[in-house]
Amino acid sequence: MSASLATVSYIGATILFILSLGGLSHPETSRRGNLYGMIGMTIAVLATIFGPRVSAAGIPWIIGSMVVGGSVGIFAARKVQMTQMPELVALMHSLVGLAACLVGFANYFDPSAAAGLTHAEKAIHETEIYVGILIGAVTFSGSIIAFGKLSGMIGGKPLLLPARHWLNLVGLLVVIYFGGAFLHTESVSAGMIPLIVMTVISLLFGIHMVMAIGGADMPVVVSMLNSYSGWAAAATGFMLNNDLLIVIGALVGSSGAILSYIMCRAMNRNFISVIAGGFGTGGGAPAAAPSGEAQPAGEAVPISAAETAELLREAKNVIIVPGYGMAVAQAQHIVYEITQHLREKGVNVRFGIHPVAGRMPGHMNVLLAEAKVPYDIVLEMDELNQDFPDTDVAMVIGANDIVNPAAQDDPNSPIAGMPVLEVWKAKTSIVMKRSMASGYAGVDNPLFYKENNRMLFGDARKMLDEVFMALKT
Amino acid sequence: MMRDMNNLKNNFIGTENYMPLMIGIPRETVAGEKRVATVPEVVEKLIKLGFKVAVESGAGDAANCSDDVYRAAGAEIIDGAAKLWAASDIVFKVCAPTAEEVGLMREGGTLIGFIWPAQNPELMQQLAAKKATVLAIDSLPRQLSRAQKMDALTSQAGVAGYRAVIEAANAFGRFFNGQITAAGKVPPAKVFIAGAGVAGLAAIGTAANLGAIVRANDTRAEVADQVKSLGGEFVKVDYEEEGSGGGGYAKVMSEGFQQAQHEMYAKQAREVDIIITTALIPGKPAPRLITAEMVRSMKPGSVIVDMAAERGGNCELTEPNQAVVKHGVTIVGYTDLPSRLAKQSSTLYATNLFRLTEELCKTKDGIINANMEDDAIRGLTVIKEGNITWPPPAPKLPAAPAKPATAKPAAAPAHGHGGGGAPMAGGKLAIMFGVAALLFLFIGAYAPAAFLGHFTVFVLACFVGYMVVWNVTPALHTPLMSVTNAISSIIAIGALVQVAPPDVAGGRGLILALAVLALALTAVNMFGGFAVTQRMLAMFRK
Repeated sequence: MSASLATVSYIGATILFILSLGGLSHPETSRRGNLYGMIGMTIAVLATIFGPRVSAAGIPWIIGSMVVGGSVGIFAARKVQMTQMPELVALMHSLVGLAACLVGFANYFDPSAAAGLTHAEKAIHETEIYVGILIGAVTFSGSIIAFGKLSGMIGGKPLLLPARHWLNLVGLLVVIYFGGAFLHTESVSAGMIPLIVMTVISLLFGIHMVMAIGGADMPVVVSMLNSYSGWAAAATGFMLNNDLLIVIGALVGSSGAILSYIMCRAMNRNFISVIAGGFGTGGGAPAAAPSGEAQPAGEAVPISAAETAELLREAKNVIIVPGYGMAVAQAQHIVYEITQHLREKGVNVRFGIHPVAGRMPGHMNVLLAEAKVPYDIVLEMDELNQDFPDTDVAMVIGANDIVNPAAQDDPNSPIAGMPVLEVWKAKTSIVMKRSMASGYAGVDNPLFYKENNRMLFGDARKMLDEVFMALKT
Repeated sequence: MMRDMNNLKNNFIGTENYMPLMIGIPRETVAGEKRVATVPEVVEKLIKLGFKVAVESGAGDAANCSDDVYRAAGAEIIDGAAKLWAASDIVFKVCAPTAEEVGLMREGGTLIGFIWPAQNPELMQQLAAKKATVLAIDSLPRQLSRAQKMDALTSQAGVAGYRAVIEAANAFGRFFNGQITAAGKVPPAKVFIAGAGVAGLAAIGTAANLGAIVRANDTRAEVADQVKSLGGEFVKVDYEEEGSGGGGYAKVMSEGFQQAQHEMYAKQAREVDIIITTALIPGKPAPRLITAEMVRSMKPGSVIVDMAAERGGNCELTEPNQAVVKHGVTIVGYTDLPSRLAKQSSTLYATNLFRLTEELCKTKDGIINANMEDDAIRGLTVIKEGNITWPPPAPKLPAAPAKPATAKPAAAPAHGHGGGGAPMAGGKLAIMFGVAALLFLFIGAYAPAAFLGHFTVFVLACFVGYMVVWNVTPALHTPLMSVTNAISSIIAIGALVQVAPPDVAGGRGLILALAVLALALTAVNMFGGFAVTQRMLAMFRK
């Protein structure tokens, strides 16, 4: 295959990737979008393998590694529970980051890569390697920590080192200093020291960055790491003079950046402050500390599963607000059975999804889709927030901060100004929770003490099973 | 909210000194009108909003609401229309006021009720001359979902649909439900309902509850499910055409369709015992659905209730305001069906007006504010302080056409993230441009040409990504992430070109190992990412 043919194939692949992202604008076209992505990837890989830059000697290695990796990937994709999607995505981001590091190092060792470059070109090439490895390393370690936090191996509470901003700043300065040193080294072996120091610092920075972020901010972190993995690919593209990599890296990078932005806006937070971390303890402490007497007046009124079924049966309009608790309890299937039962009885059941419900953008939508809930009754916050006053029962399943009226009423609350679902405006709201503990943001929720609110304590799935039994009888 | 507050300060209607306003309820003067614009239960709620309420003596008599009950609810009873109109800052009416009533109205007062501005241009002029503010409940933009609680056309049509079935049952000589008794078997009545709007649906529900076999037809195919949900059977016209004409109304259909529809009606007329017609097209005479010939083909003793009698009738033989027997078929053409259920329709109407008052008086202090920024209020307000503001500009929200399976309209601002983001503050934007310009200047000055080529591609790709991703629906954010993640394994190409480049021999052990490892890692991502996305997307279904 000639170089021109390979280039043309790359252009084709690029178009297919853009169509792939475009296809995701609607569920109807999304499957085709994914197919475009697969075709694009196949074209890109084949064009490279049969292109001028790979000799026949490498083909066994390529096939071998791709078969091994591919089997692992497909196995994981088949086996993963939909509730574990955030973990899987985070883990996959780490692989891209690590691959970017490895490619960067390999490229640096490769004597042919820098052969015949002028001084300025060599400087740029080395900067590209340096930056590529840096982004790759941050993505790698950050994603690993995110994976740990999402899967519960590492606690969700933010880890806040004293003077953490200064630590980051010092890290950045050291990285810049060694960057300068790296550019002035003559031989590959001399350049290794700054490169490795930088890699270690980047890894530590990635760990520190994600450790400092509270669990409630995970949707932002996951989409941000998604963005980083794109930038890592783009940096690799610059390093290898490969436009396809640059384009795709930029696509993925901007996509992740937009998602992060959307998530931040959904929480009324500044992107920088999310990244800087510490949400939910620093600002939240004054509000949450005197949690005994000073808390919102009134008592939380418990309700039984049978009474819940009674309320649902008599309702005309029901809105269900799912949260991370539904994912943890894997309650989405029983939720759908209840929904179906009520809809057959003529009850108008809808789902209200907060943009940051769950631990990843769109997490709740995926779970409900898995349970076969039709997507036209799954609505966004803005679409149904004004309908709560006409709603008889609003059921909150394992969500807390996204239905907290303090965000609107209490200007001192750490989540003040965050858009929330106004479930308390419904005639009755039922909150399903395991206990009275506060949400990830560590903020107490005045909703629980409202007069028209009832608490259904217990594991979401077990309690919903009971509700469903009571509904059927 | 803030805007409301400001408006309230700047242009509230009424007296300068924040006195609670007086809402007046006159007796309806149109002959045969039994309804009243508010009922005692609602009087209490209006008083809670901070208003005072005055009711003309005898206003509620025909709707079973005596003066005493009004008084007990806190209303003041005033004798005589002239005094009442003079005392009221705001008047609630059911029917459009007569010229005399307008004469009684206070200069600069407020009137809320059915006005029908398109049909009553003279009335509009008279009201404007009085410097009045007029809210026509019939001009409510019905497609706004939050306007539903104020939708008096709907509440009254529901009552009318119910009453139409009762009138039909009254004129019909048999049971509605089928029975097997010792005295023999009774077949159930068959009812056909033409037009499944609010009135039609109410009629379907009522007739089905009485035990009849109910069939219904509408030119808008999307109402078929609603018909079924109420226990009716949807009869299709054997012709393909979509009949939604915007705002939830039907439109005029093509000739071929009308031919097919005619045949279907003729067939139904031969089979059923009762026909209730509700077909109306805004601004046009009612469509002729039932011909004299069809009436003749019906069984003797059958009943037709023509709810469109006021607009010329759906049946050729209808005589408005009368029940007549022609060819052995009773044809009921009453135009006052809601008024024939005065207590119920008054209660619903009163609640509609109360909801509207709530919207007008968000501060609950007895002062109203017609906020013209609000789509619903803007549509309702046909005269504002003597200036005719009817017809209103098209509402900002398009009525989402209920297409069978597809997307939200592109123009709807329903995107959770405000479609492309709000415009940034000028200063911030300028800084961003400044930084970008500096960066570009730096790159332009120092970078070699080869780099610039790649840089161009990079910047353009960022923009393409930005444009494409904004269109992704929030429900698909997780699949988007997993597909972009799969796509980012394009980094495999970086590993591929390092596995075995041609023209290089020996000493590549370390590079080969790194490249192969990188390739294996990205392969996990590549295959896993696409597979898991596929799995997720397969679950999204309607």
